[in-house]
Amino acid sequence: MSAIQIIPINYYLLLSTILFVIGVLGVLYRRNAIIIFMSIELMLNAINLLLVAFSSYLSDSKGQVFVFFIMAVAAAEVAVGLAILTVVNNNSKSTDINILNKLKW
Amino acid sequence: MRFHSINFEDMITQCLFWLLTFLAIAFAIMVVTTKNPVHSVLYLVLTFFTIAGHYVLLNAQFLAAVHIIVYAGAIMVLFLYVIMLLNLNKETEPHKGVWIKASATVASGLLLVVLVGSLKSVATVKTPVSFDSSIGLIGNLGKTLFSDFLLPFEVSSILLLSAMVGAVMLGKKSIK
Repeated sequence: MSAIQIIPINYYLLLSTILFVIGVLGVLYRRNAIIIFMSIELMLNAINLLLVAFSSYLSDSKGQVFVFFIMAVAAAEVAVGLAILTVVNNNSKSTDINILNKLKW
Repeated sequence: MRFHSINFEDMITQCLFWLLTFLAIAFAIMVVTTKNPVHSVLYLVLTFFTIAGHYVLLNAQFLAAVHIIVYAGAIMVLFLYVIMLLNLNKETEPHKGVWIKASATVASGLLLVVLVGSLKSVATVKTPVSFDSSIGLIGNLGKTLFSDFLLPFEVSSILLLSAMVGAVMLGKKSIK
C-alpha cells in the first residue's frame, strides 16, 4: 500500500507550499548569491514534489515526465549561474548581491 | 459507516510520511538559516534525500533515483565545488541588517498565509479508489517521454547545449 490511498493530497499541497515559502524566505533573507541559488533550487523542488504528487494521484505519467524537464532547466540554470558567479567573484572578490547594483535604476 | 481498521503497513506509511515531511521542512529551514555556506549545501542535500523519499512513497521510484543522481550527485557537487573554489566560509559571509531580515520573514510568512488560504478552498483530487502503481516505472515514463513529449525533449537538449556553451564562454579568460 502506497501513500496515495492513505495520505490526502492536501498534505502534499501544504508541504510543497511550505517548502516553496522557505525558498522565498531564503531569497529575501540572505545576501550570498550562492545561497540564493540554493533557495531557487528548493523552490523548483517544491514544484517537482507537487507535480509528482498530482501525477501519482491521477495515475498520469505526464506529470512525472514534466519533472524531467524541470530538472534539465535547473541543471542548465545552475551551470550558467555558477559560471556567472565565478566571474563576478573574480572581478569583485565577493559574492555579495549588493555589489551587483550596476544595472540598478 | 464502515469499520476501517488501520493495519500495520498503513501505519508505517503514515509514520514515514510525517517523518519525511518533518525532516524536509527542518532541513530546508536549516539551509536558509545556517551561517556557513558549506553547511547550507549539506543541509540542502539532506532535503533532497527526504524529497526523494517522498517520491518513493508516491510510487515514483525511477524519478527518486534520477532525483538523487542529478540533484545530490551532480548539482550539489557543483555547488560545493564552487564554494570551495571561491573559498567562502563563515567569516566572509555577508549579512543583512536586522530590519531586512525581519521584513523578509514577515513577507514570506504573509505569502505562506495567502497561499495556504487560497489552496484551502480549492477543489483538489479525491483520494483515488484505484490507481496505477506502474506509472513511475521507467518503461511507462520512457513511452510518454518519447511519444507525447518528443519535441520538448529535443528542445531541452538544445537548452543544455546552449547552457554548456554559455558556461564555457563565461569561464574563458578573454574572448578573441
